[in-house]
Amino acid sequence: MFGLANPQKFMAFTRPLQPVLWLAAVGLLAAGTWLSFAAPADYQQGDTVRIMFVHAPAATMGLGAYAALGVSSLFALIWRHPLADAAARAAALPGAAFTALALITGSLWGQPMWGTWWVWDARLTSVLVLFLFYLGYMALRASIDDEQKAARAAAVLALVGLINLPIVKFSVDWWNTLHQPASLLRAGGSSLDPAYLWPLLTMMAAYGMLFAAIWITAIRTVVTRRRVMTLRARAAMEA
Amino acid sequence: MTPYAAFVWPAWGITALVLGAVAARTLIAARRWDRALKAAEGGDR
Repeated sequence: MFGLANPQKFMAFTRPLQPVLWLAAVGLLAAGTWLSFAAPADYQQGDTVRIMFVHAPAATMGLGAYAALGVSSLFALIWRHPLADAAARAAALPGAAFTALALITGSLWGQPMWGTWWVWDARLTSVLVLFLFYLGYMALRASIDDEQKAARAAAVLALVGLINLPIVKFSVDWWNTLHQPASLLRAGGSSLDPAYLWPLLTMMAAYGMLFAAIWITAIRTVVTRRRVMTLRARAAMEA
Repeated sequence: MTPYAAFVWPAWGITALVLGAVAARTLIAARRWDRALKAAEGGDR
């Protein structure tokens, strides 16, 4: 496993893995979409229950991608490993996209069910803070020209943002929120009817696979870009 | 889908749009830098 920390070994290992991840993501997304629209309308929420199948996986992946970003940043800060920094950098954009989707689809679900697009309750606010951490991370990296300094500054910010992850997860337990408590990952098992559980699990797997495909591809791109920059710099010095 | 179509379809549509855009951006960048590497390695020899 640690052998993959070597960029050359990582590139060799992920080359055949990459198309498999993309194909699995597309297949699972197609299956999940079909299952989501084949599920019956909820007796209380009606067809808005179908928003859950895109909202909950987006929120989960928003948190998961930030955990990947934070742990990679920790490795990059402690061991100054270039692949760890590439992994952190590559997780930022898909993570921000998943978090933005969680906020947007949540709002589209909230309006018909709660009668409002937005409330400043603990869950919604902490997810907004998570999104702002993603934006801050990307802005900080882009604002510093020296790539190593940018990586270190962004890694520190990423580590600070890790504090927000348990707040997002447990906000519905620690405070009174309009947002419902966890119905899937909770003590005592899922409270979801199987008619909704399987489409949701399939979409969760699809989002996870899509994140893996995007993340691995983006890490490879960062490694390739660095190699190109090194070759160009060498060619410029020789010229 | 009535009376909730105005909420369900935009949620799915925006999701497809955003995830499609991120996936396309990732694949286009990968292809661009792969081409640049081939060109750089060609010039390096």
